[in-house]
Parts: sequence; C-alpha cells; structure tokens
Amino acid sequence: MMISHPGLVLILAAAALAPLRGWPRAALALAAPLAALYFTWSMPEGRFWSMTWLDMDLVPFAVDRLSRLFAIIFALMAFGGALFALNQARRLELPAAFLYAGAAIGVVLAGDLVTVFVFWEVMAIGSTLVLWSSASPRAYAASLRYLMVHLFGGMLLFAGVAAHVLDTGSTAFAAMSIDTLAGKFILAAFLVNAAAWPLSAWLPDAYPEASWSGMVFLSAFTTKTAVYVLARGFPGTELLVYVGLAMVFYGIVYALLENDMRRILAYSIVNQVGFMVTGIGIGTEMALNGAAAHAFTHILYKALLLMSAGSVLLVTGRRKCTDLGGLYRSMPFTTACGIVGALAISSFPLTSGFVSKSMISQAAADGHLFAVWMALAAASAGVFLHAGIKFPWFVFFQKDSGLRPPEPPWNMRLAMALFSALCVGLGIFYEPFYRLLPYAVDYAPYTGWHVVAQLQLLLFSGLAFFVMLGWLRRTLTITLDLDWLYRVAFPRFALAAARAFGASLAAVRAALARGSAPLEAGARRLIGPGGTFARTWPSGSMALGMMLMLLAFLLSYYLL
Amino acid sequence: MWKTFIAVLAATVAAQLFIEAHPHFAVERLFAWNALYGFLACGALILVARALGLLLKRRDDYYDD
Repeated sequence: MMISHPGLVLILAAAALAPLRGWPRAALALAAPLAALYFTWSMPEGRFWSMTWLDMDLVPFAVDRLSRLFAIIFALMAFGGALFALNQARRLELPAAFLYAGAAIGVVLAGDLVTVFVFWEVMAIGSTLVLWSSASPRAYAASLRYLMVHLFGGMLLFAGVAAHVLDTGSTAFAAMSIDTLAGKFILAAFLVNAAAWPLSAWLPDAYPEASWSGMVFLSAFTTKTAVYVLARGFPGTELLVYVGLAMVFYGIVYALLENDMRRILAYSIVNQVGFMVTGIGIGTEMALNGAAAHAFTHILYKALLLMSAGSVLLVTGRRKCTDLGGLYRSMPFTTACGIVGALAISSFPLTSGFVSKSMISQAAADGHLFAVWMALAAASAGVFLHAGIKFPWFVFFQKDSGLRPPEPPWNMRLAMALFSALCVGLGIFYEPFYRLLPYAVDYAPYTGWHVVAQLQLLLFSGLAFFVMLGWLRRTLTITLDLDWLYRVAFPRFALAAARAFGASLAAVRAALARGSAPLEAGARRLIGPGGTFARTWPSGSMALGMMLMLLAFLLSYYLL
Repeated sequence: MWKTFIAVLAATVAAQLFIEAHPHFAVERLFAWNALYGFLACGALILVARALGLLLKRRDDYYDD
C-alpha cells in the first residue's frame, strides 16, 4: 500500500511555496498542513520504506502511538502557524517554517538514528532561515549564535550516533543507556535542543528576535522534537528529573526578571519543557503519558500566547512591557485569547494544561517522590506567576500606555480563535485526547479534591503577585544568562589572549634584537664593508707573503 | 476588585471543607495547605528572582556595541 510521509509533504510544499504569490500561495500554505494532518491520522502503525545504505539498515518512516501523537500536533501547529502568518510580508518565512516543521515530523517518524540525524540538521537549517527572514541586524546576529549552538549539537549527535552504530552494530532508534560514551553524546545533543539548563541560553537569545509570526513557529518544533527523542531514547533516566527541575525554576526566575514580552514567553518555554523532561526522567507509563500530553497541549497554548504577543508586536511595533499596557481597551479579542493561553499554561481547570501537567505530578506521587512532587507543585504556582498573570497583566492591563492599536487582521484573529478553542476543548473533552497517548490512561483529572487544590495553589500565587507587585515592577533591563559566556567572556578572553600573545611576540623579538647586537657588530667587523676580510691589500704584500711561504718550504725541505 | 478577589480566595479555601479529601502525602492534610504553599512558593521565587536580579541585571542595551 502506498502511504505518504507527512513530513515530506510539508518539505515539498516548502519548495513549491517559495516562488508563489497571492491566493495560490495562501491556498497551498493552508492545504499542505491539512494534507499532512490527514496523513498523520491515516498512516498505519508499523515500519516502512526500509532500505540499506552503506551497510546500515535505515527505516525512515516508522509509526507508533508516540510518534503519531507528535506528528499530529506538528502538522496542526504548521496549519495554525500558516494561517496566522498569511499576511506576513517576508516571503522566505513560510517556506522556511514548512521546511522546519516537515523536518520535525521527519525526526519523530524516524525509525533509525541516521534518519534522526539527517532531519535534525534540516531542522537547524529551517529554523535558522525563519530567523533570517526577520531581516533585522539583531536577528541576523542572534541567528548566527543560534546556528553555532545547533551545529555544535549536531556534531555531538553525529559523534554519538557513529559511536552507537560502532558499539552495537545497530542503527535502530530505541531506548539507550547513558553509561556508554555513545549514550552520553546522544543525550547531550538531545539536551542542547531541549534547551536544558545550562545549555538553554540560545532559546531566549534567538527566538524573540524572529518576526511577529516567526516565533510562533520557532516555539513549537525544536524543543518538542527534543522531548520526543528523549522520551524514546532515555525514558526513566534519573538525571533527567534533576535537569528538568532545574529548567523549571530557571525559566520562572528569569521570566520574572524579564521586560521583553516575548523573552518572558521564551523563558517560559524552557520552564514548560522542564516539566516534560522531569516526566521523562520519572519514566513510568503515567509520567511518559504526562510528558507527551504536556508537549501536545503546550504547543497549542504557547503558540496561542505568542500569537497574542505577535499581534501586539505587529500593531504597536513595541515589545517591552515598560512601553505597553492598557491594550485591552482597543484589542479586547487579542486580550481574551492571550488570557485563554495564560490560563491554559497555568493549568487552570477546564483548560488543556490541567489535564496534561497533572499526570506528571500524579506520576511523582505514585512513585513516592515527595521532593519532586513538592518541587513540581511550587513550579506550577510559579508558572501562574510568570506566564499566567505577568504576561497578560503587563501587556494588556497594568498602566494606560496611551496606545489604541486596532485588532490584527482576520486571519490572525481566526488562528487565535482556533487555538483558544483547542485549549479549552482539550481541557473539557479530554477523553478522546487521552486515547491518543502512548499508553493506556488510568487517570481522572477532574476530582473535586484535585480541582480545589489546584485552584488554591494558583489563586494564592495570584495573591502573591499582586501583594508583591512593587518588587516585580518592570525596568529597562535584561538579566545576564549563560550566553554571556560566548557573547562577552570568550570574545574578551580571546582578545586579551591575542593581545598578550602579540605583546609577548614583540618582547621576544626585542630581546633577540638586543642579544644579537654584539654578534652583529663582530660579524660586521670581520666581513662587513671595510671589515677585515673585505679590506684591499697592495699586491707587493702578496708577493712578500708568497716569498715567505716559499722560503719556509725550502727551509723545511733541507732541514727535515 | 480586591474585595471580589479576596472573596474568591476565601471560597476556594472554604470549598475544601465540603469535598472528599484524597491527598497523596501527609502534608496535604493540613488545612488550606495548597493555598499556603502556593503563596509561600511564589513569595520565595520572587525573592530569589530579586536577589539574582541584583547580581545579573544590566541595561537592556548591554549587548549593543
């Protein structure tokens, strides 16, 4: 039976989109993700297109419940993002985003590590092109740093895969151990893309420099592909629990300090992926279901939040909380959608975040991991603090900035309406969603106890926000992150090292010159112009010399 | 605004009295535990952020040469 690979559908559409303009472009931009979505639903489970290349067994198209779940949400995201970006004037962005989305689907449908690597690199290229299409000098500089980090991650992955194939003789992508060198390299490569702390600074550095629509795409694919490969390759790896919790709190603290509305949301991506990574580290069926479900719902509400922020950026041209505020007056629709996204990310009951994130906490409780469970509860409160209230409050309410921008165009409003509906719909009609998860679900999210506990946790964090609002006042500042190391410290160090090397070279040269001065003077005395050897002698003195030598010869002949 | 908010807060705490409890850990048996924990956790996070901000905050044109 002929089946179609949804990732390749998007990649081919990317090529076809590039030269198109006008309504054919819009039609293809919407039809291609819908076709991909149809194929993700209809593709049967199994392993297809097996081939042998350089003595390696490749399975570029493998479907199971986990890969289907991620392929569905990636295709859905490509559709929503394309709808939102229809009025984007930069013509490179949409083809680049489709290449990126198609490659992400390629990774999740890859049955072997070689195919994972190939699509991994295509993803890095696609996402860099999305950044380039923003066409600002800041975005270009950020994209080069972004590319360096991801090419470095790609090198780690290549080394890891090569070592793995050498060790095991198998290219199959299955659960691995981190006890081998190959496993360590592969895990490190996955963690780079997951923006795991301390390899996280590339995300808030690069994503917020994308265009108003570009960041919507960027937020979805790279980190969630990393969640997928971690769930498949390293489930139950204890290290990931600690890495995940570090990400969760790092994201909250940095987002609390941030002034740029889309950098708040960028740090919040790290925070949310932290919940998923923690779930993968716990590794039970409940935890893996929770991580996968949370990746699915997160893509929707984070895209929704970034659509509302992107709308604000498009109509006001401003991105700093200190320049914004009071926008609910003239943008009530965008405000409402932003609030739905904010409630969903905070896991309010009746939203998608409530039915997904709580499975991770439940898994921690089932495993009697008290400290992990406590940390996750504190982090859930912190999510409401930094994303659930802070983002909408400072952008849409707060003070009156005097701005009265209009609502964004219809296609952007439609995209926000669609994703708002999905965020609420998944929270209410969660059972069909649970049936898509990789393992059978034995969990009821809506118990009275759970709902009340969650409401207490969230509303009292809201109280903390308003009680301590004075300490959260926005200032025109950024907070140094670890990208400071490669943006300032390493260049400074390299410059200082180069200067020191140059100075020492000059010193050596001067010392040599000083040491060689007497030598040179002696040589000049001997062989220089007017030196002993270069002196002209009168021919009489040579005749005298010859005579003396002949005399000496004569004497020696007779005497000896 | 504040009055409504406080009324809602009180309602969520009061609601706890009327539902069947099934806590995962002993600590949840404390009355209004989640309310208290949410408030204190957020207060602590804000304090940590403030302390880190004192160390690491720079003007937002720091990287622009």
